[in-house]
Amino acid sequence: MKYETIIAGFGGQGVLSMGKILAYSGLMENKEVSWFPSYGPEQRGGTANVTVIISDDGISSPILNTYDIAIILNQPSLLKFEAMVKPGGILIYDDYGISKPPTRTDIDIYHIDAMNVAVADGNEKAFNMIVLGGMLKICPMVSLESVMLGLKKSLPERHHKLLPMNEKAIMKGMQIIKKA
Amino acid sequence: MAEEIKLMKGNEAIAHAAIRYGADGYFGYPITPQSEIMETLMDESPWETTGMIVLQAESEIAAANMVYGGAACGKRVMTSSSSPGMSLKQEAISYMVGAELPALLVNVMRGGPGLGTIQPSQADYFQTVKGGGHGDYKLITLAPSSVQEMADHVSLGFDLAFKYNNPVVILSDGVIGQMMEKVVLPDFTPRKTEEEIRKEQPWATLGRLKGRKPNIITSLELDSEKMENNNLRFQAKFRKIEAAEVRYEEFSCQDAEYLIVAFGSAARISQKAVELARAKGIKVGLLRPITLWPFPSEVLMSYLGKIKGILTVELNAGQMIEDVRLSVECKIPVAHFGRLGGIVPAPDEVLDALTKMIDKEDKQCISKSKQ
Repeated sequence: MKYETIIAGFGGQGVLSMGKILAYSGLMENKEVSWFPSYGPEQRGGTANVTVIISDDGISSPILNTYDIAIILNQPSLLKFEAMVKPGGILIYDDYGISKPPTRTDIDIYHIDAMNVAVADGNEKAFNMIVLGGMLKICPMVSLESVMLGLKKSLPERHHKLLPMNEKAIMKGMQIIKKA
Repeated sequence: MAEEIKLMKGNEAIAHAAIRYGADGYFGYPITPQSEIMETLMDESPWETTGMIVLQAESEIAAANMVYGGAACGKRVMTSSSSPGMSLKQEAISYMVGAELPALLVNVMRGGPGLGTIQPSQADYFQTVKGGGHGDYKLITLAPSSVQEMADHVSLGFDLAFKYNNPVVILSDGVIGQMMEKVVLPDFTPRKTEEEIRKEQPWATLGRLKGRKPNIITSLELDSEKMENNNLRFQAKFRKIEAAEVRYEEFSCQDAEYLIVAFGSAARISQKAVELARAKGIKVGLLRPITLWPFPSEVLMSYLGKIKGILTVELNAGQMIEDVRLSVECKIPVAHFGRLGGIVPAPDEVLDALTKMIDKEDKQCISKSKQ
């Protein structure tokens, strides 16, 4: 299997780190992985995106213009990437960031109220993990066990005390994701 | 023990590989998209373990001249930069070739000309392969297309530099530098001791021992007859390199009717385009030069009579295409597709360019047969 994923949103939302955790999770399962960020002059508040490919076989291009899964966290990213989801593919968006929802009918669309839930829980930083949890529920491209191992790998040791909180956020995401 | 598979950026892989190779020194100046090379080296602080020096110089020019100095001492030294920074280093590079010194130079290209953008580009092909500094010279040019190759080309680059006493360039770009992939790093090898360097690089200026004539490292020779001889010696060396050091990779080429020629990140994108084209029944293969100089000309020549056309895919306005045309002596049509200034094409765009080229070739064939 090959999963070609784009994660896109504002800089500061944890887009790149979510991709990194996903890539590390693939590594834990001995899959081929690639992670390519939009590394332009992006900054907090600007747009950021990352392409993550997890595959059983070798990966040719790390840069794509069609995706199996798009995780969209703001309106500008929806405008850019909705059309790039392969027919039959999956689009997941966050309710807070999207005022005009996607309109395509040939893809499976899900929404997740991750930002509002993260704020209500007093833990805005867990936002990206809630979204990741939602995605794993819809498309379990890697196991939760691998994600936790991947998280441990990608976090510096001084942050390992945050692992249980992140796991909780992932579980929360799995519960709250809904079909649009 | 099997080496652990790691996930890291191409830039980080270069830094780790340099420490593990037993490099003696890195001299650089930060510039996007390659700053992680020096950042990783600083994080790893190899001066505390292997004794490797990592120094942020006051400028690119200073860094390149520090490499010149370190290389003159027979040390394994390197620098890295991105396009505008590499332009600043050209004087020292020409001097190092003139003084026949080994060094490793890394260029993680970004869009130019001028200060340009910070996004990926391959527009420094001419600068690197044709000689960005003055004088008749060549640089062995390695073009990695994966994070693994970023690591592997550090050892290969140093080995080739010391085999031929000539600078070697790793010509990479923002895609390969910034992307993360799996990588197995080379084993640690100890740095060369002074005794080993004195034995293996007897020309090194490590301090004169009793009874030995002074070693002089210079590119200056005011007697033009002697300078011509120096040049002839360099040229003989370059011919030797051309005969022995060509490296390339072929993908789906066996029954190919058309060929894409691409290096570095463009080769990765083109490989996907080949997969897409094959799924549509188009018989196309990918030839990926790993050494841009020496260029795999003979391999391209061997495709004469087998293929109908070649498409070069480059993140520039058409630079390598000149070497491809020279290689096939313009006996088959060669077209170019590229995006400029930091734009990276998607595989579909390459496929479109390929399809257009094939349509054009077919039409020309039809009109020729009508004549």
